[in-house]
Amino acid sequence: MKRMDRNQIAARVARDIPEGAYVNLGIGLPTLVADHIPKGREVLLHSENGVLGVGPKPAPGAEDGDLVNAGKEPVTLLAGGSFFHHADSFAMIRGRHLDVCVLGAFQVAINGDLANWHTGAPDAIPAVGGAMDLAVGAKNVYVMMEHLTKSGESKIVERCTYPLTGASCVNRIYTDLAVIDVTPDGLQVVDMVEGLGFEELQRLTGVPLTRGKAAHGAALA
Amino acid sequence: MINKIVASLEEAVADIADGSTILIGGFGGAGMPSALMSALIAQGARELTVVNNNAGNGDTGLAALIGAKQVRKIICSFPRQADSWHFDKAYRAGELELELVPQGTLAERIRAAGAGIGAFFTPTAYGTRLAEGKETRRIGDRDYVLEHPIHADYALIKADRGDRWGNLTYRMTARNFGPIMASAANCTIAQVRETVELGQLDPEAVVTPGIFVKRVVKTGATA
Repeated sequence: MKRMDRNQIAARVARDIPEGAYVNLGIGLPTLVADHIPKGREVLLHSENGVLGVGPKPAPGAEDGDLVNAGKEPVTLLAGGSFFHHADSFAMIRGRHLDVCVLGAFQVAINGDLANWHTGAPDAIPAVGGAMDLAVGAKNVYVMMEHLTKSGESKIVERCTYPLTGASCVNRIYTDLAVIDVTPDGLQVVDMVEGLGFEELQRLTGVPLTRGKAAHGAALA
Repeated sequence: MINKIVASLEEAVADIADGSTILIGGFGGAGMPSALMSALIAQGARELTVVNNNAGNGDTGLAALIGAKQVRKIICSFPRQADSWHFDKAYRAGELELELVPQGTLAERIRAAGAGIGAFFTPTAYGTRLAEGKETRRIGDRDYVLEHPIHADYALIKADRGDRWGNLTYRMTARNFGPIMASAANCTIAQVRETVELGQLDPEAVVTPGIFVKRVVKTGATA
């Protein structure tokens, strides 16, 4: 089986983002998706600190400390982009104006519960940012994560053991092994990496999966 | 004649008392009113409750205020960062109380204070640990959490240009919390890069109308 690397997962997510979509990419792994939006497809990136139409990274030396994304990294603004204050920015999020948000995760449960903000460790300093708003607000919540933890446990679980970010909010999970839809009828496999059989994916995942319509174990791009 | 422009940073923050609640603009470094922070450190008010998205970055601005042990409590959404060492140290030492609020709820609580809203129901954080102990209600087919406004004694914000009536414009993503914080405090103090004559700000482009602002202080381009 050929596990996807981070960029391949990002490219797989990008493939599903349609022309004209308003999209928020969470900090960390999901920001890679921006690099893989197919050329010619017009997608507007929203960043919760108050910008629509986020462009690529500035050239070295052209950074401006007043123009940053939610990860506080320097960005550029596309022609047609706009700035707004925080309450407006979260009105866009909470008010269901975003078509897609892509978030990282520690765990996703079979009912779509998401845990991505806190390990629950007693000495950890918690930080939540906009994750809880994005989880309840975007029309489609996509999670992008490794399928397994470093010790080989499935991050797709019966019930999240980490503190929740949002309840029943995830629509689709993209991992290095598969694409899985969260549906009222349970988890449906949409896509698997080349050389991975459904039975093997089921064994690795540990919670019940069904074959979605599109799942033939076809090779991913 | 109304003239909200004050001559110095020192004068701008002179009356901030111990125990005040202060909204501090900025998202990381963008929009952080660092010159006002430095003035507040020199002024020395203590036991402050501060509200910001973060809990200070590096050794300047809010981070320096925490380092100077002037903060008793911080209300924020994202304290833990690679460069939040002043906060981390004070928090682990038990010197600082933390109220963690989801970012959109933080923004809306500030907006609500400025808009005279008594409280509001938001779907954010329902079913999570950050909603524990809070009133909830099912409205239609969704569950909501009751959240209350954050009123403050002062707001310290950074804008780009300002005039003597207190009208403000901002620069790019440095706008972030500035406009809503300006509306939610009894006394809003804006540091600006440039002060201009009345009429020089395009009225179509004024983001914060002067009614929300009490003091404007010019810092120049570097602060």
